[in-house]
Amino acid sequence: MRPFGYVRADDVETAIATVATEPDARFLGGGTNLVDLMKLGVERPGLLVDVSRLPLTGIDPVGDGKLRIGANVRNSDLAAHPLIRARYPVLSQALLAGASGQLRNAATTGGNLLQRTRCLYFQDVSKPCNKRAPGSGCPAREGIHRDLAVLGHSEHCVATNPSDLAVALAALDASVVLRGPDGERTVAATAFHRLPADLPERDTVIAHDELLTAVELPAPPPGRSAYRKARDRASYAFALASVAAVLDVQGGTVREVRLAFGGLAHKPWRATVAEQALLGAPATEESFRHAADAELAAARPLRDNGFKVPLARNLAVRVLASLADANHMPQLGS
Amino acid sequence: MATTSTPPVEHRPTASQITLRVNGAAHRLTVDHRTTVLDALREHLGLIGAKKGCDHGQCGACTVLIDGHRINSCLTLAVAADGAQITTVEGLSDGEQPHPLQRAFLDHDGFQCGYCTPGQLCSAIGVLAEAADGHPSHVTPLPGTGSGAPPPGSPVPLTSSEIRERMSGNLCRCGAYTNIVDAIEEVAP
Ligand SMILES: Cc1cc2nc3c(=O)[nH]c(=O)nc-3n(C[C@H](O)[C@H](O)[C@H](O)COP(=O)(O)OP(=O)(O)OC[C@H]3O[C@@H](n4cnc5c(N)ncnc54)[C@H](O)[C@@H]3O)c2cc1C
Ligand code: SF4
Ligand code: FES
Ligand code: FES
Repeated sequence: MRPFGYVRADDVETAIATVATEPDARFLGGGTNLVDLMKLGVERPGLLVDVSRLPLTGIDPVGDGKLRIGANVRNSDLAAHPLIRARYPVLSQALLAGASGQLRNAATTGGNLLQRTRCLYFQDVSKPCNKRAPGSGCPAREGIHRDLAVLGHSEHCVATNPSDLAVALAALDASVVLRGPDGERTVAATAFHRLPADLPERDTVIAHDELLTAVELPAPPPGRSAYRKARDRASYAFALASVAAVLDVQGGTVREVRLAFGGLAHKPWRATVAEQALLGAPATEESFRHAADAELAAARPLRDNGFKVPLARNLAVRVLASLADANHMPQLGS
Repeated sequence: MATTSTPPVEHRPTASQITLRVNGAAHRLTVDHRTTVLDALREHLGLIGAKKGCDHGQCGACTVLIDGHRINSCLTLAVAADGAQITTVEGLSDGEQPHPLQRAFLDHDGFQCGYCTPGQLCSAIGVLAEAADGHPSHVTPLPGTGSGAPPPGSPVPLTSSEIRERMSGNLCRCGAYTNIVDAIEEVAP
């Protein structure tokens, strides 16, 4: 590992100003991804600006039913918060489906959203990888890609985003607050992560000198919500495919629906085609299947990950069907 | 401890003097910033209870408690833990008297080679505290679902499925899992 300087940030402004003047400085959150990547030689910062002690730790109502979550709220604390458990079950479930108890205790909200892909070639500095070394090629496309993308990939990169939290935020129409040297901007969660296109080195729209300070949740949408994740073992494994869903059914008809897939693309995949197909449709398994198929018609699986398409379809159908069954899930906002 | 007013990167020190409070004793030490808490404990302080299995957050052998929370010490930089209270497996017993959880691991054969055991023990101490604090797990029913969901914030009963889920961050190559679950179940309230 390359030797590096370390400073513990005392306030947000200084942290941003320090990183802004130094191209090889990085913000440090819980370190569970960054330190891992530094050991692997993938990240080689000259300076770490530790932002994990900045007082961005609130989970506060901010009017209009909105909730503002500070970037330093630990994954375990966010998942356990009574307001999140009661009003945004999909969010609590997504966090608890990720990583391990130890990792969730260290991982921050900001760091979770900025964790890098688990693509094996990205993590192995002896291999080419367009994301790590732009222009060097993408060996995953013809190599080991069972865990990688079936939707929205490009010839340059077929990686998936590993965050479970991000999938729930996409379904909840959350937004991300970014602070840079020139002030603050708010970006929709669905527009925060990006597709690889011809710039796979950029996972998100954040700039080098922007600090993720908070996540904002709008008032809970009507209906019920849930997260379901398929993985190679029952716990402590990344998603092969996952689904975050919000569903409101009145008189047997879908009144409102939000659906997002994880594990399928370079970003959480908001299933707008499926949502359109479901609005006003009868809340039946047949509708759910039809809608999921309509969304996944855009899938372009690689040699070894075609199984993800029916897996995602079946997960979506099961989650929506369980949400439609009013007696078994909590009402949002209750 | 360095602060944000220190000079540009090429002149910045790559080591710092820090204080770690380990099992009640304060230690002042100078660490290269690349040093993890795990390496500080093992290499600097001679506390070799916490084990290095994978060094990448994937096995739990390095689990210790920092300010009361279980974490993977292999992914925590020592400099970032400056000032923290750390409890390792060496700090669990009361003198010669093993911690009840250590006793239960012995009684239930909760190990074979013992390599994962310090991490299992520290992780289980964390699990007991988290459940007592009402922290849910992936298998805890949501509030309002009827099916035995604990009211938010109240202690979560540690059934064997709760223990299995909550301990999933600790791998055991010897496969002592069922006995580990039995041992924790015995100590759980
Ligand atoms: C074995 C293992 C299994 C895992 N399984 C899962 C899983 O199933 N699901 C899942 O979702 N995750 C999983 N994870 C990943 C884990 O959730 C992330 O490592 C964690 O959320 C990262 O948060 P952190 O605070 O530790 O980030 P750090 O490692 O500190 O930082 C990550 C990145 O974000 C940047 N950063 C941090 N904070 C900010 C900020 N406020 N503003 C701007 N930039 C910032 C850093 O510079 C760095 O680039 C797993 C990790 C491991 C090691
Ligand atoms: S899929 Fe993306 S991250 Fe993986 S090797 Fe290709 S370019 Fe690199
Ligand atoms: S050594 Fe830390 S998790 Fe394996
Ligand atoms: S007892 Fe040998 S690894 Fe667990």
